[in-house]
Amino acid sequence: MKNQHLYNYILGIADNSLILGQRLGELCGHGPSLETDIAGTNISLDLFGQVRSYFQYAAQLSDDNSATEDTIAFLRLERQYKNVLLVEQPNTDFGYVIVRQFLFDAYHLLFLRELENSKDETLAAIAKKSVKEVSYHWRFSSDWIRRLGDGTQESHERVQEAITDLWMYTDELFHQTEADQAMIAEGIGVNTSKLKDIYYKMVSEVLEEATLEVPENKYFHKGGKQGIHSEHMGYILSDMQYMQRTYPNMEW
Amino acid sequence: MTLETQHIEPHLISILESVSDPEIPVLSIMDMGVVREAIEVDGVIQVKITPTYSGCPAMDVIGDDIVSAFAKANKKAKITLVLSPAWTTDWITDRGRKALEEYGIAAPLSPEADKEALLGNKKIVKCTNCGSTETHLVSQFGSTACKALFKCDTCQEPFDYFKCLK
Repeated sequence: MKNQHLYNYILGIADNSLILGQRLGELCGHGPSLETDIAGTNISLDLFGQVRSYFQYAAQLSDDNSATEDTIAFLRLERQYKNVLLVEQPNTDFGYVIVRQFLFDAYHLLFLRELENSKDETLAAIAKKSVKEVSYHWRFSSDWIRRLGDGTQESHERVQEAITDLWMYTDELFHQTEADQAMIAEGIGVNTSKLKDIYYKMVSEVLEEATLEVPENKYFHKGGKQGIHSEHMGYILSDMQYMQRTYPNMEW
Repeated sequence: MTLETQHIEPHLISILESVSDPEIPVLSIMDMGVVREAIEVDGVIQVKITPTYSGCPAMDVIGDDIVSAFAKANKKAKITLVLSPAWTTDWITDRGRKALEEYGIAAPLSPEADKEALLGNKKIVKCTNCGSTETHLVSQFGSTACKALFKCDTCQEPFDYFKCLK
């Protein structure tokens, strides 16, 4: 492929949204209340919409003439997915769902605001479109963090536990792969190392407002970007890919 | 704002206006502002449409509906989806805003007012049933990607608010 780095770079962005979208989709009909159920699936839909734009672009770049947005989404093996570990973490309870969303949305928003300036016109256009949607996601998740953190003793404890547990997946958001570095050098990619301080500041401010403690761990998990996923990933894919694996090339 | 980025040949307008948004049937796709370009090139109508939200499932249907509306007039149409410039609620026409209100969906406010409304700071969203502004936000996400759910404290009716996207 002529532009392997760009292709990998696009997948690196899109896989985060794909897997988080799938996780949120699992909640369809199972949310704790009708409103949060609808919110989760709406966010999922936004993410899938963004993923389609990225994958359509990636399919054009691919040497494989039969590549489409669907083959990229459904026919890769676990090791070929480049999403961060954070987004594949399970829907343990509503606290975890919101914290995972909150920790990702903050990053996603900062990232897209920079991607709007990409030298690659298609990526810049997708970013300009997506950033409007993700602003709503961030507003929703940070609002719930405040509500749960500064809510009842029970909600406070449970959301604090989720923060403490999921915090160790935040550092990976800023790791740079070979494709990332190549794209940054070309003015196409976002230099995420510049976003790290702002990210932790942005997240910490909301946590403090929500009377929650900002964890201080020094140990962080990594590997998703290299395709080394947690044990949860296989289950997600078996659900997500079931139809295509069982009935190859099926269409709606 | 619409004029700068929209280019539609006048003889195509009436056909495009006959196509409605499948999720908000009272609103034509022209009033919605999703048609960005329509030009006739060598007998084929080239139509560019832009999604309201990335994941909007109505876009595929809208594309098909445009093709069949032109087919009825014995014209061939080709649809292209464009993302840039990104759609904004400013592109909904005044007629569209009126149609939304009559249909029971509160039309989008300005970005500042929208934020105040969605954060619950100010009571400014008008109930589409009784007109009261004694309303409150039930959920930032409603029945479709573009709407938030409100409830009126005066008449107790729930209603949708079309979120401002800018």
